[in-house]
Amino acid sequence: MDQQHIRNFSIIAHIDHGKSTLADRILQLTDTVSARDMRDQLLDSMELERERGITIKAQAVRVHWRGYELNLIDTPGHVDFTYEVSRSLQACEGALLVVDAAQGIEAQTLANAYLAIENDLEIVPLVNKIDLPQADPDGAAAEVADLIGEDADRVLRISAKTGEGVEAVLDAIVERIGAPEGAPDASPRALIFDSSYDQYRGVVAFVRVVDGVLRRRENLRAMALGTRFEAQEIGFMSPAMRPVPELRAGEVGYVITGLKDVSELRVGDTLTSDRAPATAPLPGYKDVKPMVFAGLFPTESDAYPELRDALERLKLNDAALFYEPETSQALGFGFRCGFLGLLHMEIVRERLEREFDLDLIVTAPNVAYRVRGLGQTDWREVHTPADLPDDAEEVEEPFIKASIIVPKEYVGTIMELNNERRGRFDHMEYLSPERVHLVYELPLGEVVLDYYDQLKSRTRGYASFDYDFDGFRPGTLVRVDVLVAAEPVDALSLIVHREFAYERGKALVEKLREEIPRQMFDVPIQAAIGARVIARETVKARRKDVLAKCYGGDITRKRKLLEKQKAGKKRMKQVGAVEVPQEAFLAVLNLNDSTRRS
Amino acid sequence: MSGATLSGARHLYVHLPFCSSRCGYCDFVTAVGRRGDHERYVRALLGELELERAVLAPDLETVYLGGGTPTFTGPGALATLLAALPPSAELSVEANPETVTPALAGLLHDAGVDRVSLGAQSFQPPLLAVLGRVAQPDDVRRAVHTLRGAGFDNVSLDLIYGIPGQEPADLERDLAEALALEPDHLSAYELEAKPGTRFTHRHGAALRRQAEAMESYFELVVERLIGAGYRWYETASFARIPELAGGRDLRARHNLGYWLGHDYLGLGVGAVSTIEGRRWRNAPSLARYLGALARGNVPPREVEELPPGVRAAERVLLGLRLDEPLALAEVGGALDHDELERLERAGLVASNGGGLSLTRRGRFVGGGVTARLLAPTMSG
Repeated sequence: MDQQHIRNFSIIAHIDHGKSTLADRILQLTDTVSARDMRDQLLDSMELERERGITIKAQAVRVHWRGYELNLIDTPGHVDFTYEVSRSLQACEGALLVVDAAQGIEAQTLANAYLAIENDLEIVPLVNKIDLPQADPDGAAAEVADLIGEDADRVLRISAKTGEGVEAVLDAIVERIGAPEGAPDASPRALIFDSSYDQYRGVVAFVRVVDGVLRRRENLRAMALGTRFEAQEIGFMSPAMRPVPELRAGEVGYVITGLKDVSELRVGDTLTSDRAPATAPLPGYKDVKPMVFAGLFPTESDAYPELRDALERLKLNDAALFYEPETSQALGFGFRCGFLGLLHMEIVRERLEREFDLDLIVTAPNVAYRVRGLGQTDWREVHTPADLPDDAEEVEEPFIKASIIVPKEYVGTIMELNNERRGRFDHMEYLSPERVHLVYELPLGEVVLDYYDQLKSRTRGYASFDYDFDGFRPGTLVRVDVLVAAEPVDALSLIVHREFAYERGKALVEKLREEIPRQMFDVPIQAAIGARVIARETVKARRKDVLAKCYGGDITRKRKLLEKQKAGKKRMKQVGAVEVPQEAFLAVLNLNDSTRRS
Repeated sequence: MSGATLSGARHLYVHLPFCSSRCGYCDFVTAVGRRGDHERYVRALLGELELERAVLAPDLETVYLGGGTPTFTGPGALATLLAALPPSAELSVEANPETVTPALAGLLHDAGVDRVSLGAQSFQPPLLAVLGRVAQPDDVRRAVHTLRGAGFDNVSLDLIYGIPGQEPADLERDLAEALALEPDHLSAYELEAKPGTRFTHRHGAALRRQAEAMESYFELVVERLIGAGYRWYETASFARIPELAGGRDLRARHNLGYWLGHDYLGLGVGAVSTIEGRRWRNAPSLARYLGALARGNVPPREVEELPPGVRAAERVLLGLRLDEPLALAEVGGALDHDELERLERAGLVASNGGGLSLTRRGRFVGGGVTARLLAPTMSG
């Protein structure tokens, strides 16, 4: 197909605003999928994604409409995957911006719309779910039009569910979005916007060919990482894989590489011919770094090899997942894992437990810190609070720029929450007379705890939230250690702003006193900065724990009772002589709010 | 070796299941009434004794009649049984207070019974009602006097604490009332609400509510009884110290046999025997028990093999109930030695001179301590 007849586009939307339903409807209307094969949300192939109503892995589907080849590039729908979204958008010339007619603009709508604008995409705005009784298409259209500086008349009104207005969407794609403008005869350059791993065929790269031609059996090279391989198969998806001999400038498709490790082929990298390479890669490649870390430990130490194998297998399909072995005095052998964000962490944890049937203790998440030791010039990254040296001269923590949209009556609540979390007000604007967009700078470390839950509960679910990483900044940070029965529990250490150290330490030991069951002896719980104890609580000893009577007739039963009692303890972690339940390791996540306030 | 003497078991338990009524909290094998079956049952018991006589040592240390309510058994049948049992150094019978008449006391004494254990449980009528007990406080007092009058110098009282609605003052009163009767031995149990019983269904919620308030009852019982001159020789058992008992050791020898891991033969419906690493339980059905023995067969049984590891674990769980050290050499393999060290440091366990025992603090939480002390490989 010549470039004039190609349109490459994405759909961007807030969660649940109807992206996947619209994609399904487009596949149907263009006869890409027969009604018989249609199942809801076809593009969300992983079970977990369907349950959560989100899409993790981008895919591209080719459809035909009135003589044009349209490539729909699906984008991940969550804040943690901003970089992947931006690469998917870079592979397009335009984007459908979907807004729920009842909900209006949400934080993610904004974030994605800005990303699309940054990537110079033509935005086709549309208001979805106009069939809903509570829909306010005019209000939503006005908000969108205002956001992107477009005339409200140009905002399409559709119902992806009923199909109403979807043909007009396809026409608008052809009419409004520009054709690709690559150099067809130049050395090939193809942007990798996603990859996945197939156990038989290795790494599959999803690409947008910008210049030149990619051919089957050609030796290719990934320009940033230098990885070389032969293109075993080239094709497009419709939605099944359709092999073709070549992909030309402007086209979107896949390359089967035979590579065994997704980390050899990173999203954002440029594929070119190994023999006649392009002189420069496409712009925008970034090595995405995990920002959120947590320790993953098997509940039973003999499950360590299984956890290692499971992480290895997840990593095959998830280049952003980072892990390294970690040894905790309290929890034994496990892994320190790095994630793009909280959702990414939650997804990995759920997959480990569900697909690999592992019982895990996940420590409270923390962020990456940059540390410079006393008298040293080098900075190093610290991924776990216990590793923060006592003599650090400077510590820096990551900040984010947070975008929060709420009904105006919650503005005060949000400001209060953000102040508790050391937020710095940046600006605020009214999206409509009712809804306000607040922008704050926040330390990511304050967000990874329970910020999102707090935001939701304090605004009765009305707030929407998105963020962008905003660099490292110096902070007055200290490490608070926790001692249980005089033994330091490294997995409970936390890094906090010095001003909050006392109250967080106090709240933490109070919470631990509730979480740690009474033992056969008093268990003191202390929070300390260095050698200085800042808070102390005691779990009082149980006063009795005996089997009332035991004679010849019931020895077996009593023995089994003790065995059961012992088995029950297996689900606890032994810290010195104290049995600590898993929940305790997450205590820092559930500190009472009032104790946070300064 | 741990009681598995080559010459046979030296402890004999005989189960008499009959009761006048059933107490709500009881989970023993019992049969209400059934007067017509008493003679037949005793014949069956003696039949089983004949079938098993080979496992018994020629000289028995103890014989124990438990129930049920052994003294509810018809006097003729009871006398037949007592006359036919092999002689032993201690012959104990459990009795409910309301069954203790001068005639019964005389029958027991004449038959050689030298120890009677009375189920008093409480001296507060409302609490007795909660337990479903027939005997009133006066029945208990009368029974003790009757037994003394018949010549018994080893009378034990059973008490239950932690009864729904029981206040600390109620417990103090129960202990004082019991001590006023100058028993030679006391057993004091916390009420166990066993899952699935009618009692638990009715009172479980109240017990859970009171659990914290009743946490100190065990300590109170131990304090009062030790203060009154009793030796806390087993988790729930107290014997008057020899200085106050004419130099006699009043610990229950039969039960000590269990706690020291000795072999024992149990006769009767639902009775359990443990002999040379093998444990069996007679079927709990009275009809099946009677039927099998009427045909001269052993009753249907559930057999459990006790491999050495399990036996060692049981030695720990039983032996640590006592106030005398357990020989480490016997049970070393069953212990988690890291835990032992931790628990020693926590002041709950003491090991020295090759013996292992619980400290006073440790005895109050002996169940938890034992669970932790046992090595995880313990199976069963």
